[in-house]
Amino acid sequence: MTPAPLGQLLGALRARLDAVRGVVGNRQVTDGGTVQRTTSDLRFVAGLALGLYVLFLVLSLLGGFQSAEAVTSRLQSVTLLALVYVMLTLALNLQWGYAGLLNLGVAGFAAVGVYTMALLSLPADGLGLGLPLPVGILGGFLAATLLGALAALPAIRLRADYLAIVTLAFSEIIRLLIRSQPASEFTIAGQRLGTGGTDSLDLPPNPVKSLLYENPDQGAFVAVENPTVIGDRLFTAGEAVGFGPSLVERVVYAVLMLAVALLFYWLLVRVGNSPFGRVLKAIREDELVASSLGKDTRRFKIIAFAVGCGLMALTGMLWQMEGGGSTAPTTFEPELTFFVFVALILGGSGSNTGSVVGGIVFVAVLLEAPSFIQRIVDTQFGVPSAPETLFDAFTGVDPFLGYFLSDTNISALRFIVLGAVLVYLMHNRPEGIFGGRTEIASPIDLSDRSGTEGDES
Amino acid sequence: MSDSRQVGADPDGQADAESNTDETGNRRTAGETILAAEGLRKSFGGITAVDGVEFEVERGTITGLIGPNGAGKSTTFNLLTGVHTPDSGRVRFDGTDITGWQPDRIARQGLVRSFQIARELEDMTVMENVMLAPPDQFGEGFWASVLPGFRGRVARQEAELRERAWETLAFFELDDLANERAGSLSGGQRKLLEMARVLMTDPEMILLDEPMAGVNPTLEEKLLDRLHELQERGYTFLLVEHDMDVVMNHCDPIVVLHQGQVLAEGGPQLVRNDERVLEAYLGGTVES
Ligand SMILES: Nc1ncnc2c1ncn2[C@@H]1O[C@H](COP(=O)(O)OP(=O)(O)OP(=O)(O)O)[C@@H](O)[C@H]1O
Ligand SMILES: [Mg+2]
Repeated sequence: MTPAPLGQLLGALRARLDAVRGVVGNRQVTDGGTVQRTTSDLRFVAGLALGLYVLFLVLSLLGGFQSAEAVTSRLQSVTLLALVYVMLTLALNLQWGYAGLLNLGVAGFAAVGVYTMALLSLPADGLGLGLPLPVGILGGFLAATLLGALAALPAIRLRADYLAIVTLAFSEIIRLLIRSQPASEFTIAGQRLGTGGTDSLDLPPNPVKSLLYENPDQGAFVAVENPTVIGDRLFTAGEAVGFGPSLVERVVYAVLMLAVALLFYWLLVRVGNSPFGRVLKAIREDELVASSLGKDTRRFKIIAFAVGCGLMALTGMLWQMEGGGSTAPTTFEPELTFFVFVALILGGSGSNTGSVVGGIVFVAVLLEAPSFIQRIVDTQFGVPSAPETLFDAFTGVDPFLGYFLSDTNISALRFIVLGAVLVYLMHNRPEGIFGGRTEIASPIDLSDRSGTEGDES
Repeated sequence: MSDSRQVGADPDGQADAESNTDETGNRRTAGETILAAEGLRKSFGGITAVDGVEFEVERGTITGLIGPNGAGKSTTFNLLTGVHTPDSGRVRFDGTDITGWQPDRIARQGLVRSFQIARELEDMTVMENVMLAPPDQFGEGFWASVLPGFRGRVARQEAELRERAWETLAFFELDDLANERAGSLSGGQRKLLEMARVLMTDPEMILLDEPMAGVNPTLEEKLLDRLHELQERGYTFLLVEHDMDVVMNHCDPIVVLHQGQVLAEGGPQLVRNDERVLEAYLGGTVES
C-alpha cells in the first residue's frame, strides 16, 4: 500500500466534504446552523461507513471468507474497533482539539476505567468487591475523571509540555502498576482483590450478556442453554441467517456501542457549540487573552480534561467487556495513545465530526485494511514463508510479497503506512480531513443580525 | 449589571447617561482614586523595566501614560493586570489590594486591558472573539452547556449578547467581517477588535495600550469621541499613546514614565512645559 491511493482517497473525501459543506476552499466559515450541519455531517459519516463496508465485503470475499457468519464476524470486529477509536478520538478532541491540552495518557485513563470497574464488580469470591456492574462502570468513570483532574492540577497551570510529560508518565505508571506482582493479587480487610498482573483478567459479563442470557456469569456454554426471552428471539432470528449465538451477541453489542458513540458525539457537539466550548477554544488559541477577559481558565481546563478522561475510561470499559470480556495490560501501551492522536490529526483536530471520521478512517484504512490485504495475499499465493536465501528473496517475487505481509511484519508495515500518511498529511493537509472548518461555538446562529435593527424584545 | 451600563450598544444611550450622571458626578467631585500603583518594581534579568512606579488614577478620567520606547509602560500595564507579579510594590483597585491576583480575577473585578500587540484568537471568527468577552455567561458552565433543560436559557442569553455584539462590531466598523476568521484581519482592524472585546466585558476601568496605532484618522476621531462618551458615563481609562496630539488633547492628567520611573505627573499644560519631559524625549518638541 503506497500513499498514492490513500491520497486519492483523501482527495475524494475532501471533494465529498466540500460538497457536504456546500463550499469551496479551505477557510470557509459555515454558519451556526448547528442542527442542519450535524445532520449533513452524520449523513456524510453514514455514507463513508457504508462505502467502507462495501470495500471490506469485497476484501473479505477476495480473502476467502466462506460464510456470511465469518464475514459478519470479521466486519463486527472492524466496526467495534472503529467505534472505540471514534469515542477515544472524540474524548481527546475535547482536550486537545478544543482546549489545547496535550494528553499523552489516553491509554492510561482507559486502563484506570477498566481496572477500577473490574475491582468493583468482579465477584467477591474472585478478585473484586462483587458490586453491581453499573456501580463498577460509574466507579471506573469517576476514578478516571478524578485522576485526570489530579494529574492535571499541578501541570495545568504550567506550559502545555508539562501536562504532556505528566500524563505520559502517569499512563505508564498505571500500566506498570497493573502489571506489577503486588498489584496482581492483594488482600484488604480480608477481601481478595487484584489486577491479574501481566495475565489477562476476565471482566464481569457485559450488559448485552445480561440482556440475552438468564445466567450470564456461568460461562458461555452454560449460559447459552438459558436465554432470556429477548435472547431467545434474537438467537432464533440469528439462526435463520446462519449466525450462532455468540455472533448474535457481538452484533447486538456493536449496536449498543454505536448508540454510546452517538451519545458521545451528541454530548461533545453540544459542548463545542456553547459558550463553554468558546472559552475552551479561546484557551487553545491564547490563554492569556481568555484570562485577561476574566475567564477562569484553570476551571475550564480542569473540567475539559477531567471529562475527557472520564469518557476515555468509559470507552475502555465498553471496549474490553465485549465478546470474551477480558483485558490485559498490553492493551494499554503508549501505542494506543499514539494511534488515537493519529486518528485525531487525520480527522481534523478541533472538529467533532472530524474526530468521528478520523477514528473510522484510521481503523479501517490503517489498522484493519493491511490484515485484509495480507489475507488476500495468503489465499492467492499460499502460506507465506520467509525466503530461504537472499537469492530466493529476489527471484521469487510472490513469496517475498507474502513474507512482507506475514503476521510478524504486518504491524511493521502498519507503521510504515502510518508514517507515510502522517508525512502526506503534514505536507498537504496539516489541518486534517475536517480541520480548517470553523465550527462556530454557539448554540445559536451568530451571523443572524435580525435582532439588531428590529425592536427590542 | 449589564443593564446599567451597556457598552458599545445603545448608541444614543439616553436612559443610561441619565441614570449615571449623578452617580458619576458624585464620584468625580469626590476625586476618588480608582487605581493606585504603589512603588511597583519589576526587573527581568539585569533590566529593571519598572523601578518604583507610583501614581494614582482618579475615577472618571482619561489618564495618559506616556514615555519613550522602553520606558516601562507596557510592563506597568502587565503589573497592574496581573500578567506579571511585581517584585515589590502594591496595586490597589477600587479600594481592594489586588497585588498578586491572577489576570482573570482582576478582569472580573472590573479592570480590563488591551494589548499593545493585538492578540486575536485567530482561528475563531471576529464574532466569536467578541462573544467571548461578556462576563457571567450562563452557558460557560459545563452542565448548562450540556443538559437539555438549560439549553433554552443559554440560547436566550446568547441572543441578547449577539445583539450587543453586532452593535459593538458596527460601531467599530467590523460588522462586515463578523464571520471572518480574526486571523484574516488587518493590523488596524485587530486593534479595533481588541478594543471591541474589551468593551464587551463591561469593565469599570480600561487600560488601553496604544489602541490607535494603525487606525485610520477618521476612525481614530470616532474612537476618541467614544472614549469621552464612555468617560461621561463613568468609565475610567488609562491610555498609553505615542501621538502627542492625542495625549495633549484628550488625556488629563498625564503620567510620564522614563526608565521605569515616574518623571512627571499633571495636566497637559504642566507636562508640556516640563524640562525633564522634553529632555526625556531627546529634544523632541511637544507641539501644542
Ligand atoms: N518579558 C520581558 N522580559 C525581558 N525584558 C522585558 C520584558 N518585558 C519588558 N522588558 C524590558 O523592559 C523594558 C520596558 O519595556 P516596556 O515594554 O514596558 O516598554 P514600553 O514603555 O511599553 O515601550 P514601547 O513604547 O516601545 O511600547 C524594555 O527594556 C524591555 O526590553
Ligand atoms: Mg509598550
